[in-house]
Amino acid sequence: MTHYETVFILTPVLSDTQVEEAVKKVEDFLKDSKAEIVEQEDWGLKKLAYPIQNKRNGFYHLVEFKSDDHNLVSALELMFKRDERVIRYLTVKLDKHAIDWAEKRRLKLKTEKTNA
Amino acid sequence: MAIDDLAKKAAEGSGSEIRYLSQLDIDTQSLKKFCRFRKYGIKYVDYKDPKFLMQFINEQGKILPRRYTGTSLKYQRKVATAIKRARHLALMPYIGDQLK
Repeated sequence: MTHYETVFILTPVLSDTQVEEAVKKVEDFLKDSKAEIVEQEDWGLKKLAYPIQNKRNGFYHLVEFKSDDHNLVSALELMFKRDERVIRYLTVKLDKHAIDWAEKRRLKLKTEKTNA
Repeated sequence: MAIDDLAKKAAEGSGSEIRYLSQLDIDTQSLKKFCRFRKYGIKYVDYKDPKFLMQFINEQGKILPRRYTGTSLKYQRKVATAIKRARHLALMPYIGDQLK
């Protein structure tokens, strides 16, 4: 199983339900192609460091998943390309150090949540 | 005062009148640079943490050479990739003005 992580940015013009819909589409796509979703994070509306398509903000989402399918990533990125709501995306393969890091990060976020 | 007296004084080491015969004790060596990734055992450079990566860019947002940061070659490559990824995701600017 190869470990992947993808971050995508949605346009700020969407309503909350539309954002959920867009994220659900990605999740469903991954589930349909038998990928195992490890983590799904919502970073919320963030300010962009520079304007993309004349937009200064964007909804950031992160999905971490495992899959054996080598064609999955290209298919996923094609879906992002076709989707007008997605203004930027990045998919990276995680090596063993990155997986350790991701696990630590998850734990940290969890403890922060429980403390807050 | 005769020159003999001065020589005698210098030999005694009081040295108030003849100065700088002995070597000056000035620390000219700057602090030794080190690779922070090796020192603190950081194995992975995260592109999702722009605050950390800010240490490796200059005011214009350019990646600093490792002769300034002291990063080892292995981790400099990883830092560079992480910064480029962060820039793509608009977490960091490609160009900036007075970032620090």
